[in-house]
Amino acid sequence: MGKVMLEVRELTTKYVTRFREDVYAVDHVSLSIEEGKSLGIAGESGCGKSTLALSLMGYYFPPLHYMSGEIIVDGKNISGLDPDTVRKKVLGTDVAYIPQAAMNALNPTRKISAFIQDVILAHDPKANKKDIRDMAEKRFEELHLPKEALDKHAVELSGGMKQRVVIAVSTILSPKVLIADEPSSALDVTSQKVVIKMLRDMMDRGFIRSMIFITHELPLLYNVTDDIMVMYAGQIVERGSAKEMVFDPVHPYSRGLMRSILVPEDGTRNNKLIAIPGTPPNLKHPPEGCRFAERCKYAMPSCRYNSMPIIDFAPGRQYRCGHSVSHLREVYASEE
Amino acid sequence: MQVKNEDIIMQANKETPTVSLDRRHDVSKNPLCLSGKGVTREFHAGGTHTIAVNNVDFEFREGELVSIVGESGSGKTTLSKMLLGLLQPTSGDIYFRGKKRDISSGRKKKEYWKNIQAIFQDPFSSFNVFNKIDTVLLDCINMTGGKNLPADKKVELMTEACSFVNLKFAELTNKYPFELSGGQMQRLMIARIFLLKPKILLADEPTSMIDACSRATILDMLLNLRDEIGMTVIFITHDIGLAYYISDTVYIMEHGKFVEHGSADEVILTPKAPYTKRLISDVPKIHEPWDLSTVSGSAE
Repeated sequence: MGKVMLEVRELTTKYVTRFREDVYAVDHVSLSIEEGKSLGIAGESGCGKSTLALSLMGYYFPPLHYMSGEIIVDGKNISGLDPDTVRKKVLGTDVAYIPQAAMNALNPTRKISAFIQDVILAHDPKANKKDIRDMAEKRFEELHLPKEALDKHAVELSGGMKQRVVIAVSTILSPKVLIADEPSSALDVTSQKVVIKMLRDMMDRGFIRSMIFITHELPLLYNVTDDIMVMYAGQIVERGSAKEMVFDPVHPYSRGLMRSILVPEDGTRNNKLIAIPGTPPNLKHPPEGCRFAERCKYAMPSCRYNSMPIIDFAPGRQYRCGHSVSHLREVYASEE
Repeated sequence: MQVKNEDIIMQANKETPTVSLDRRHDVSKNPLCLSGKGVTREFHAGGTHTIAVNNVDFEFREGELVSIVGESGSGKTTLSKMLLGLLQPTSGDIYFRGKKRDISSGRKKKEYWKNIQAIFQDPFSSFNVFNKIDTVLLDCINMTGGKNLPADKKVELMTEACSFVNLKFAELTNKYPFELSGGQMQRLMIARIFLLKPKILLADEPTSMIDACSRATILDMLLNLRDEIGMTVIFITHDIGLAYYISDTVYIMEHGKFVEHGSADEVILTPKAPYTKRLISDVPKIHEPWDLSTVSGSAE
């Protein structure tokens, strides 16, 4: 077993709305990632994927509030630190973040090199500008990015290039954990492939020591990450290796998600898709029992009242459901 | 909020969970519905000259489900605007049911729009926020000549349309569209189409803002429209996997031109154009390995 890079224990964060209502978008989430590994987070919009990403940075600003739990990056507890310390000591070196809309992440009036300077100076105010420039050039070369991009403004770059530049800027200090929140959703398939190749290269070269990859595109997750975790209404409902999750999902929701994958491959066309009716619960008033019970075809009356803990059922695999794994597998087999 | 939850329970009890989208039809003998010859659209702005759609020919038949697939900037949206009659082609002609389409006056345009309707990507901006759902649906009935129908008949029609998309009309009356979720709104959009019964439905990425789990339901409804009403559905998408699942025919668009077209199996499983091959190889897959080595790091 490799060294644990990120360990999260029972992390809970909430949003406070204008009407002073609490919305627990991340509810008792625990996870861990080993060095050199990547974890994918899947789930539909509004399930708390992006909030989890923001929460993992330890950088909270209203309306998002930290409630409880621990975030430990390579042995260092970063939960509950004040935003200024997080910005100076944690972001960039321990945890780095890539937002979805790279197009809007770069200030249009500044050159790309200025962003790299900002990142480095925030951590080392005495850094020499020439050294920073050399470092940036070296990193761009290693990542096969044109060095000329350093002297350009964001508007002069294409969408895919902007996204790659944002990745290079946020990982310039070789972070221990990279959180990539839908880094390729706004891109074409070809640019998406280029971005993914770059992230994979960075993992192989050790520029990033572990990665959390968030997307709702399951085929992408399957190809990029080692493990996949499925979130529903602020909670983790299942975790396993990418292969297990795609071909042998246990939780009814993950199964629905995996069985809605549409890929252009021979023989997949007559696959039956699973349509899950309804919408996720309102997190202002989460249901007492299983959060998925309202939409679950297999829900028992008790599912609506008993809250389900997350259970380990095999090495590296966890699920949250009132039915036993063997029962669920039997039911699925009878349906095929 | 209460109504939403009831709605969910209602659906959970009745809806079949699996959906098969593999409903290919042989449409080669059906009469032509919409076709185009040499359709071109150019844009001039600030000294630059762009040919968004470049001399394309197409033939969409009645009851056909056609997908137009391309990356962003390939001209899909410009073409769909021309099909809808919102933009005039710079050159070339569009034929509707064998006759040259005439939308030269407002009256003729209105006449044409009775035959073609659209569903857009963003359900949240597809409705007039000041109109209640009843009004949205009533408008459709009035437009199709049902203005003088008795009130209970109108309600019956609206209920039928809502149940077609698994919504309960009784719970939607007196509500505004923004009180619904994205998936429900998109379904309401399909209920509108069900009432209007146009000859052609143009669906511009109708599922890209919908979650994967609800996507199958929406696609199923579009296929039902085709199967029950015999509508021609033109599906604009960048998702080649989706196009493969639902379409009879696929057109691949690159830089304003159709580089390849044919049956979905033909185009996706035995692509001929290099662009189609690249597009398919760049999509991450489940059963086949995804080859990352084919892209160079300094592409672009």
